[in-house]
Amino acid sequence: MSVNRYDRQIRLKAFGARGQELLGAARVLVVGAGGLGVPVCQYLNAMGVGTLGIVDGDTIEETNLHRQPIYTPSDCGNSKITILGQKLQEQNPDTRIELHPTFLQPSNALDLVDSYDLVVDATDRIPTRYLLDDVCVIKRIPWIYGALHGFEGQLSVFNYKEGPTYRCLFPQIPKPGEIPDCNQLGTLGILPGIIGSLQALEAVKVICGLGEVLSGKLLLFSALDQESRQVRFQKDPSQESREVRDEAHYNSGFCGTGEGVSLSDYLERSKSDQAPLLVDVREPEEFEAFHLPEAQNFPLMELEQRIAELDHAGAVYLICHSGSRSAQAYQKLEGRLQSATLSWISGGMRNLEPEVS
Amino acid sequence: MTVLLFGVTRDIVGSGSLEIPSKEADGLKTVEDLVTYLKKGFPGLADLTSMAVAVNQSYAKHRDPIQDTDEIALIPPVSGG
Repeated sequence: MSVNRYDRQIRLKAFGARGQELLGAARVLVVGAGGLGVPVCQYLNAMGVGTLGIVDGDTIEETNLHRQPIYTPSDCGNSKITILGQKLQEQNPDTRIELHPTFLQPSNALDLVDSYDLVVDATDRIPTRYLLDDVCVIKRIPWIYGALHGFEGQLSVFNYKEGPTYRCLFPQIPKPGEIPDCNQLGTLGILPGIIGSLQALEAVKVICGLGEVLSGKLLLFSALDQESRQVRFQKDPSQESREVRDEAHYNSGFCGTGEGVSLSDYLERSKSDQAPLLVDVREPEEFEAFHLPEAQNFPLMELEQRIAELDHAGAVYLICHSGSRSAQAYQKLEGRLQSATLSWISGGMRNLEPEVS
Repeated sequence: MTVLLFGVTRDIVGSGSLEIPSKEADGLKTVEDLVTYLKKGFPGLADLTSMAVAVNQSYAKHRDPIQDTDEIALIPPVSGG
């Protein structure tokens, strides 16, 4: 490693030789090699992050060039990470660059993040951010969130020292189409450069223990009036997921299901409801392992065939392991029961597991 | 009462902020009251299932009380990168 290269940042007393060593030992994964990913990678690479992993399965398009200034017209049609990897290696031959030519998905996410200390979100999809949140909580890795809308940007550091996460801030996955993306809205070339640079800054702060990390705070940047605001938010363990869900969960959100009732609300309400019916939609072997005494087992896949058995005059509650399947069950049944009032229990049986076992 | 609008809420309302006159704000006791009031005025907001609300730059829950002098922010997730 060339110490001379980093002389001007080592001179900073609060950073120093120790900061440079910490950067050199760090393993950072950048998810996305587009508008945010390019400035994040360029600065982390220039400043001496030891290992830089990059995940992206996309190719370079002409419409990317105004906001991804490392790419040139002759790069169009080529793999983003291949080109980015070559240029980064030229810029800093000491960096260990690890290229992952794929998209982050439920099937590969845990393996992809596994060997890294820090993840930077440079994706352009909300579902991928929920997935990142889940895998980073499971793997206990902090992640740096950046996202854009028109002339605005958002920035935060999630799961830092077990601090608040993306799901604490936005518990509900929005419906597809609810939030327009850059392709629909457009984006000014410089904006991802600003937010991506702020993400790289937070990455260095996390790695080197510098200053005050933007944890438990959401920064809202507004380019048109050059204004930044911070909103404080708290950890909400009831919203955090401890498992990677299936693709449908991340992509569809809980369309039309509203907010489910909590397990404690159910236990309270079922005392006053007349003849409540608790429908456990897990698989038979999960049901056998443990279930609430009043529950009846209707595995999710059988639900629609057995719909007549569910229709009775009273409250029907749907429960599963974590709330995901009960929400899907709600979607299947909504409006199809004549006289029953339908609810789904968010959180699910896993909240009871320690007491039962 | 001042309401700041971010992301898609700004696009729906067509402005970065709204002033709610004291006469109307007096009837709005909680975050939920305010959200319901805004959804009536701007039906596009009613389609949003995921939106954080901050009161005086702190994340707030639906039942949290609000006052005429508060600055409220509507913060939906944003998608781009």
